[in-house]
Amino acid sequence: MNWKFGDNINTDLITPGRYNITTDPRELAKACFIEYRPEFRQQVQPGDFVVAGHNFGCGSSRETAAVALKHSHLRAVIAKSFARIFFRNAINLGLLCVIADTDSIEESDRLELDIRTQALRNATRDRTIPIEIPGMMLRLHQEGGIINFLKRNGLSALADLEKF
Amino acid sequence: MAQTLAEKIFSNHCGRAVRAGDFILADLDLVMAHDTTCAWALEPFYQIAERVFDPQKVFIPFDHAFPSPSVAMSKLQSQIRKFADEQGIPVVYDGVCHQVMSERLINPGNLILGADSHSPTGGGLGALTIGVGSTDAAIAMATGKSWFRVPQTIRVTVSGDLPSGCYSKDVVLAVAKEMGPDGANYRVIEYAGPTVEGFNVPARLTLTNMSAEMGAKAAVVAPDDQTRAYLEENDRPVDFEPLRSDADASFERELHFDVSELKPMIARPPDIDNDVPVEQVESERVAVDQVFIGSCTNCRIEDLEVVHRMWKGKRVKEGLRAIVTPASRRVYLQALQRGYVEEFVNFGAVVSSPGCGPCLGRSGGVLYDNEVCVSTSNRNFEGRMGSPTAKIFLASPATAAASALTGIITDPRRYVA
Repeated sequence: MNWKFGDNINTDLITPGRYNITTDPRELAKACFIEYRPEFRQQVQPGDFVVAGHNFGCGSSRETAAVALKHSHLRAVIAKSFARIFFRNAINLGLLCVIADTDSIEESDRLELDIRTQALRNATRDRTIPIEIPGMMLRLHQEGGIINFLKRNGLSALADLEKF
Repeated sequence: MAQTLAEKIFSNHCGRAVRAGDFILADLDLVMAHDTTCAWALEPFYQIAERVFDPQKVFIPFDHAFPSPSVAMSKLQSQIRKFADEQGIPVVYDGVCHQVMSERLINPGNLILGADSHSPTGGGLGALTIGVGSTDAAIAMATGKSWFRVPQTIRVTVSGDLPSGCYSKDVVLAVAKEMGPDGANYRVIEYAGPTVEGFNVPARLTLTNMSAEMGAKAAVVAPDDQTRAYLEENDRPVDFEPLRSDADASFERELHFDVSELKPMIARPPDIDNDVPVEQVESERVAVDQVFIGSCTNCRIEDLEVVHRMWKGKRVKEGLRAIVTPASRRVYLQALQRGYVEEFVNFGAVVSSPGCGPCLGRSGGVLYDNEVCVSTSNRNFEGRMGSPTAKIFLASPATAAASALTGIITDPRRYVA
């Protein structure tokens, strides 16, 4: 399913400060949207989407928000726009974030995302939605995050990021 | 090539002249990670490195929950302390990271990475101080470098004499109202104009700090004699080259504010751009449970001076909790030496140890359901300071102090001598 949210979903709503006092990603996933959408952590299924409006992930720099979403095993977060630090954290972690107009997507719609062809299809409504995935986001998602990329290629590979 | 101030600083840190849109790998002057974000940097750090690139250029302050309020937090802090010991980096317990860095470490023209969203604060000294997450901090601690897309600059020009009872906090709330919570996403905000030139560095730090709430990657004020005076006051006179945007530099947007008719402003929960004049909220007689004077936004000695003038010889409104958290050890000592702390305690306030205090709802004044807090901090999100139903109103220290006198949200103008 698609977990639909509005604009300006901040990192305090994703992982409230009082719950992110741990470095265990599974513990964090259990706190994801704990107050804002309490059923999320029990009901989220691998392959689900989080779908939101503008400025998703604004507020604190806490990477815990991106970690909690990544360990909720979502297919992707789709939003009209993302806040800068959250987007950077997602790039680094390999959490797939997709920029698209999300207005027409309902929670029960079946979405099909093909990152090879960069196409998002709303199968329920038989509609294709234009999307944008920056090259660095896509490549580091495929690499399993920037740390895996640097482990495989050495720290000097930082200079290669530009080519993505 | 005409450049903005930000483009010049990026150019100086990557060895070539760059402009907005360029992708660069830049050398950093300093990397900061604190008692929350550093914990998450340790695992990625040790996956790619054994030693930090330069222990002198890594700064680890404990401020978000210090002294530790819980076993869970103590565990994180112990892990960070072990890392810092291994790497030969002193852990600093002297107040909010951005304030301590401004007092001791940030120089005009620096490029600094901070694992904290309010990192733009340091731009009040004419540096680029950029917020990131923990993985970026880990890579920066290992390499001394970080990648950037050179951002566009939005120039905010402020003119006019501020009326009595208005401060730089009121100015930046007026800017936020116009800019919105993502109006400066990925951009640098450069503050300029006669009003900003007249502000001392502490007042400028309030402008740059709040820019994070508009999405800014960094915020900056061109360094000048005010900057020189601040560095001297903090016992570190530094020679710096003049650094400003070229006259024909290209800005993405230019905004102008005339503040000569400004009224004290307040941001209603839960959004930063929900700003109205305080007098409008005062007419609604909103009862206040807690007043928080603190945070990297507004708890420098100049802020406490305003509060002291308003509270001297008076008592807090019965039933209201007033909490004052000096931004740093230095500010705390200044407040002690000037007798402010004694006055605040006599007033009935709690004066807590330097740090982030209750700003992030972790300790030292966590709010219960439906409570109302007037805070001098920067974030009024749902649940930020405790219960998701608590209401956080953001305002200047003067407005917060006036509200502690009356017990309702109060326009400070008639209390400011």
